Amino acid sequence: MSEERSEEHAAPPPGAAPDTAPGPGPGTAPDGRVVLEAEEVSKHFPVRRGVHALLGGERRAVHAVDDVSLRLRRGSVTALVGESGSGKSTVARLLAQLHPATAGEIRLDGRPVRAGRGRAFRAYCRHVQLIFQDPFASLNPVHTVRYHLTRALRIHGRAGSGAAELEKALAALLERVQLTPASRYLDAFPHELSGGQRQRVAIARAMAAGPRVLLADEPVSMLDVSIRLGVLNLLRDLKERLDLAILYITHDIASARYFADETLVMYAGRMVEGGDSETVTQHPAHPYTRLLLASAPDPDRVTGGSGDGAAGGDGGNGGKGADPSASEPPSLISPPAGCRFHPRCPLAMERCRDRTPPRFELDGGQWAACWLYDTSQDAPAAGAGRGAAS
Amino acid sequence: MSTSATSPLSVPPRAATRPPVLEIGGLCVDYGVGDGAVRALHDVDLTLRRGEVLGLAGESGSGKSTLAYAVTRLLSPPGVITGGDVRYHPRAGDPVDVLAMTPRELRAFRWQEVSIVFQGAMNSLNPVHTVRTQLTDVLRAHRPQMSRAERAGRARELLSLVGISPDRLGAYPHQLSGGMRQRVMIAMALALEPEVVVMDEPTTALDVVMQRQILRQLVRLREELDFSVVFITHDISLLIEFSDRIAIMYGGRVVEQAGAAEIYRDPRHPYSHGLLHSFPALHGPRRELTGIPGSPPDLRAMPSGCAFHPRCPKAFEPCGVRTPHLAPVTDPGTGADTDTDTGRSVACWLNDDRRDGEA
Ligand SMILES: Nc1ncnc2c1ncn2[C@@H]1O[C@H](COP(=O)(O)OP(=O)(O)OP(=O)(O)O)[C@@H](O)[C@H]1O
Ligand code: SF4
Ligand code: SF4
Ligand SMILES: [Mg+2]
Repeated sequence: MSEERSEEHAAPPPGAAPDTAPGPGPGTAPDGRVVLEAEEVSKHFPVRRGVHALLGGERRAVHAVDDVSLRLRRGSVTALVGESGSGKSTVARLLAQLHPATAGEIRLDGRPVRAGRGRAFRAYCRHVQLIFQDPFASLNPVHTVRYHLTRALRIHGRAGSGAAELEKALAALLERVQLTPASRYLDAFPHELSGGQRQRVAIARAMAAGPRVLLADEPVSMLDVSIRLGVLNLLRDLKERLDLAILYITHDIASARYFADETLVMYAGRMVEGGDSETVTQHPAHPYTRLLLASAPDPDRVTGGSGDGAAGGDGGNGGKGADPSASEPPSLISPPAGCRFHPRCPLAMERCRDRTPPRFELDGGQWAACWLYDTSQDAPAAGAGRGAAS
Repeated sequence: MSTSATSPLSVPPRAATRPPVLEIGGLCVDYGVGDGAVRALHDVDLTLRRGEVLGLAGESGSGKSTLAYAVTRLLSPPGVITGGDVRYHPRAGDPVDVLAMTPRELRAFRWQEVSIVFQGAMNSLNPVHTVRTQLTDVLRAHRPQMSRAERAGRARELLSLVGISPDRLGAYPHQLSGGMRQRVMIAMALALEPEVVVMDEPTTALDVVMQRQILRQLVRLREELDFSVVFITHDISLLIEFSDRIAIMYGGRVVEQAGAAEIYRDPRHPYSHGLLHSFPALHGPRRELTGIPGSPPDLRAMPSGCAFHPRCPKAFEPCGVRTPHLAPVTDPGTGADTDTDTGRSVACWLNDDRRDGEA
């Protein structure tokens, strides 16, 4: 990581000041850098229960994503963090138009888009590309790198005319993902490449469309620690040079701090907190974000084996006290009413049980969907919650 | 410099000075025989002390699981142990040569003395039996003298030990969450109060919240029951946080071994240094990340000399031709071996050079 980046994070990035304004919501001023946005998008997957359906009983559904709003901006990385099963990948697939949304709207350049097939879908893919977690599964083992990239270029009409132009386009793609010289990789099969190289080929294939938005679903979690950084740096380089909007999905909140401008946190299908990455990771507001941070591995907590995290680490105290980690994430078939975190929340109040908390705006563009930050009439002061658990 | 930097966080003396429970010397493992054989472990020397958590780190394919399987004699073909020895020190009596055990002795040794929780173990519970049956089966096989009621009581006790309510004894695996299944596996591993528990990626498939909860429980149990743990994971942050001592593997060799805090503060092997600068920190100043160029070596085409040399930013002339061996780390100031009580050692010509210079 280069030095300028760290400074840029420590203070609000100058150029991006308007971008870190409160998250999307009705009444926010239009933002010229927003490319792709989701507004109150939900996705419910029906649970097939033969008997129930036959008897006309209530249709059951997995509430994978509920009321999710987010904005992806040019030249910016947005991290989406959460436990497995919290709905992160479903959000990516909704944004990629691989699933139709149950409710809500997805807009590209301010215009609503609907999941289509064939031509319309392909046109959409030219702008929005998805990269998957597993670089082993996403490339066909019987085809060379050349085949994969040529096909992608042709589909998006970017192969040029004639062999020479194609060759030039292929070389440019591989160069962009730092696989050089191109001749060494073009005729290789996936199994001849390392995991990191394969993920670079997958990224090159996504870049063949010339997209403006890259949705990266756990792009490095299958890679070895020592090569993860290279792939993340590559994504950042693409963001900077091509002004890409990137959604970076991860369960590793430390990497969000390092790599993303903005971080959003999901819990049980809902977005619970957002803000610039440094703020969210160093001064988490939502009790769930605090739990996540307190649970994340952190060598600075090293105590020579007790693992109980007394030393170092100012952001979390190892989650002691009322141990909210004692219970587990809720079922998404009948998610808890009110705040979905309430059964595990050490600070839960009466209304948390039946009223879903809206987003409350905090300082510096940070927001949290938690009643602790309700400053209206009889509500407790906004600061109280923050002090109580940290 | 190293002494002052590491002293505030040094290993608890308790673990560092305790007697060995498992001693591995010069262990070699091949996959396959003859021309097709590839060497997965080279001359591994490692000591596990009573009551400590020893972390094994290294990239995929570096030999961590192979080591775990070899020392428990669970290596299956084409894996073959081609050299070295493994000594087990029971609490009372003489050390035992694990590699010379008969199948019968081995059956008693496993579970009773050493148990292992495998990579992906949470899917290895038998789906057609209840948790109760699976726990009592282990007891029935190894403690035939126990009565039915005693076994049932012990099964309840084991479940509570790992933080699951005993009323879940009648549950089938599919009725439990991943985290609970993983805890049942840990309960089974602890059933016979072994001296050593080997855990290969015990929590990788779990969420961080669950992962921390399970590891905390394990550390607490370790304190109560005084067993040792060999803890294998890719996650270096986690390893540093939970281990007393760490051994870092590269290309089938242990390349550095030291107290967890020492390695974190002051890694001596360039590969350890690279690993520690490959992942972002959650707190504190944002440190510079360098990563490691290139990719992990292929067993079938292992680089000559130091296997790390093609990726090493510090490689110099001996590195490509001569293989460095683990040697105690010397303090550049005094020439004395530092931290000899934790057995800090590193396999790198830079360290050897320093030794030669001081000698
Ligand atoms: N059955 C086998 N046949 C041939 N080679 C094998 C076999 N099992 C393992 N190997 C090889 O031995 C080396 C060490 O593998 P091992 O599983 O011990 O690594 P590891 O450090 O546990 O990796 P991971 O972190 O991916 O679990 C690897 O190169 C692997 O490909
Ligand atoms: S809304 Fe209530 S239950 Fe939910 S996180 Fe906030 S305090 Fe906890
Ligand atoms: S022996 Fe040489 S190549 Fe190997 S780690 Fe040390 S300096 Fe680097
Ligand atoms: Mg393994």
